[in-house]
Amino acid sequence: MAETLLTLENATIVFGGLTAVFRVNMHVDPGELVGLIGPNGAGKTTIFNLITGVYKLTEGSIELHDAEKDRTISLVGRKPYAVTRLGIARTFQNIRLFKEMTVLDNVRIALNGEVRSTLLASLTHLGRYHREERRLVEEAQRLLDVFDLGAKKDELARNLPYGEQRRLEIARAMATRPKLLLLDEPAAGMNPIETSALADTIARIRRDFDLTVLLIEHDMSLVMKICERIYVLDHGALIAEGTPAEVQSNERVIEAYLGDDDDI
Amino acid sequence: MERFLQQIVNGVSLGSIYALIALGYTMVYGIIKLINFAHGDVLMIGAFVSFAVTTFTRLGFIPALLISMVTCMCLGVIIERVAYKPLRNSSRIAVLITAIGVSLLLEYTLMYFVGAQTRSFRQGVLPATIYNIGGVRISVQQIIIILLSLVLMMLLQFIVRKTKQGKAMRAVSFDKEAAQLMGINVDRTISFTFLLGSALAGAAGVMVGIYYNSIDPLMGMMPGLKAFVAAVFGGIGNIPGAMVGGLSIGVIETLVAGYGASLYRDAAVFAILILVLILKPSGLMGKGGGSKV
Amino acid sequence: MASERKSIFSRGVGVLTVKNGIILVLLLAAFGIVQILRWLGWIYGPIDDALAWICIYVVLAVSLNLITGFTGQFSLGHAGFMAIGAYTAAIIVGRYQTFPSVLVGLAAGGILAMIVGILIGVPTLRLKGDYLAIATLGMAEIIRVIAMNLTITGGASGLFSNGHMVTWPMLFLVMVITVVVISNFIRSARGRACIAIREDEIAAESMGINSTKYKVMAFAIGAFFGGVGGALYSSYFYVTKPVTFSFMMSVNILVIVVFGGLGSISGSVISAVVISAITQYLISANALNVFGLFSIEFSRVNQIIYALLLVAIMLFRPKGLMGTMEIGDLFKRIGRRKERVQ
Repeated sequence: MAETLLTLENATIVFGGLTAVFRVNMHVDPGELVGLIGPNGAGKTTIFNLITGVYKLTEGSIELHDAEKDRTISLVGRKPYAVTRLGIARTFQNIRLFKEMTVLDNVRIALNGEVRSTLLASLTHLGRYHREERRLVEEAQRLLDVFDLGAKKDELARNLPYGEQRRLEIARAMATRPKLLLLDEPAAGMNPIETSALADTIARIRRDFDLTVLLIEHDMSLVMKICERIYVLDHGALIAEGTPAEVQSNERVIEAYLGDDDDI
Repeated sequence: MERFLQQIVNGVSLGSIYALIALGYTMVYGIIKLINFAHGDVLMIGAFVSFAVTTFTRLGFIPALLISMVTCMCLGVIIERVAYKPLRNSSRIAVLITAIGVSLLLEYTLMYFVGAQTRSFRQGVLPATIYNIGGVRISVQQIIIILLSLVLMMLLQFIVRKTKQGKAMRAVSFDKEAAQLMGINVDRTISFTFLLGSALAGAAGVMVGIYYNSIDPLMGMMPGLKAFVAAVFGGIGNIPGAMVGGLSIGVIETLVAGYGASLYRDAAVFAILILVLILKPSGLMGKGGGSKV
Repeated sequence: MASERKSIFSRGVGVLTVKNGIILVLLLAAFGIVQILRWLGWIYGPIDDALAWICIYVVLAVSLNLITGFTGQFSLGHAGFMAIGAYTAAIIVGRYQTFPSVLVGLAAGGILAMIVGILIGVPTLRLKGDYLAIATLGMAEIIRVIAMNLTITGGASGLFSNGHMVTWPMLFLVMVITVVVISNFIRSARGRACIAIREDEIAAESMGINSTKYKVMAFAIGAFFGGVGGALYSSYFYVTKPVTFSFMMSVNILVIVVFGGLGSISGSVISAVVISAITQYLISANALNVFGLFSIEFSRVNQIIYALLLVAIMLFRPKGLMGTMEIGDLFKRIGRRKERVQ
């Protein structure tokens, strides 16, 4: 399976006595846009937390394939920052920007992995400190421009309107130079116009950054429109997988969604 | 062996005092996530009240104890209402500094009025009989301390487990918002927690006074800190944990002191604290909770 | 684009900016004024001590602010680092009594404090908020008890040296270096990582920031300068006693930091100046006569006043004087307001 970028095998996590995710098998191939859907509490965000190392697997394996070096890396037991450095970035369901920092700094922080100057340079501002800082600012500015946030770079993140906060979160994630981007309900709280703009943005960054995307979303029109393949999760277990058309006509999926009053 | 047993007896009596104090810390921490630095000073006030009662009136030990507990109850509730309640939505550090401020205020206000010197209880408040059981000496005071702590802890367990207010306390410490939605008066429950904790601190204050036979305005600091260590040791927020933690810290401290390292007894307690935090931060009886993403 | 226009303060190349120039001029002015007053004979014993305390408290407060204000790691044990620095310097300086030995003492005190900081930080910085506070408090108490029982530290009566081994220019210089180095750090990529951890640790980790590493880094730097502050203390004042480094000292430093604003260097500096000046005044002035009606004996009430102020500040201005802002931000804000008016 050399083509696969991310593979989850029998991924299981138990909190106390509650099995939140049970034997999930998933794979995401390079360049794909895969959707992960399911009723509230199905365990979608938990899967993101497992992939990114926020939670530890109780059982199973999660592996990332590095095509350049042709090697497979296990993500189990890695801390979130280490997973990010391997090329997996994420956004959060309930936006977690650094609210008291500027838009520019939010992105600059995500560029920290590229800092090469020494601690001594940080303490004295001598050596290549200034050159490097300038480069970081330019780089952050470039990314902000891609997401139409360039003009707002000096504003505090908390002062941005909701839609722009979501965009900034994606820009920030992109600054870690990911191969795989995990988006957790990026359209939540957006109106149809904003959602459609978001769809365009996702399409654009996939193309421009050669990106693979795994997307959790409740907005079915968005999921059906942009995803190439969809996994459906219910009560912590996968109940269906396939193209949007296949998933839409799957009986168990319909049942899962009809059985859940919250989502209709 | 006798020496060891002797240290255990001393340790258990000291430990039951720590347990009483630790209960106050653990309940308050469980409910509003505050290290109530003023708790040790509530204890000190309790000691002074009982000192005043036994010195200036003809009342005996039990009335003095009750008066101390009631005074401390009121004090605890007032402190919560005046100093902590307005800060309910502030940063943790702001509340913690307020607690330190209240602690200093109690210490130095009292010092202003009574001076910094130490005082001792008058003779005969408690009988000074000492029993010798197979070479192990145990005083009436120690027996009273241990028994009284047991009774108070059982009473507390009853209140927390069986009464409506106690159930409300547990609900609020579990999930404040949900408790509120269930119609629980959160403010009153928090006050009630302070009331219970402070009453126990009042009782503990009397016992500390008897145990060391010396009281002064700064006497609450060390037992307070050690009791907090005990609460962490047992698993903070956990009531049985505080009891076990208090006893353990008391016994460990007396063992360290009894076997030659008496100068390092305080350091030993804090070393244990750091070890616990490193090895099992949730404490002996606590359950580890992950942060929610 | 309007936002591209640089403010006058950030013009310049590298270190040579207008802003840094202004800062340098102000520093020289402050130093110069004190020197002139000294020549005029207006600075004597108590005022000299107050100036020394200001420098020492600035060093201690700014270093604690890095740990607690910027990185969000709540430490109640800064007195412990101060004690390590103080004793190390006192031992070294006491043995050689020369100026180079003071420099060695400062460096050694800082480094030793840093080593202890790393040893204690690596395991405990995984803990959240209050646990760390209590662990650092425990550490400081352990250090104090050890100092009280060792022969080399002079036991409970402590160590004595004969005379001020550091003087005002040295104190001032070390203070300036501390402030500059720590504010440099905060404005570097590493410092931003620390602030990000304070803002949201999980989000910071998700951005590839190794939070443990940066927390330990901030803790180590803070501990280093905490040690330096202690070394300054023992080299200026003759006595180094365990009782100085009690829990109250940690509280004093923390109060200065919180009063100035967690996450504001200039706040810490201002607050250290104000609080040490007031404290020293209260200590040296015996009583205040209120309109000739009655007099207040400070020695008896200053702790009560301190406690009341503490509670009042927390109740009415929990963010401190400056919040997370710096003096520079204030000017910028005024500038922006003027722009808007025009």
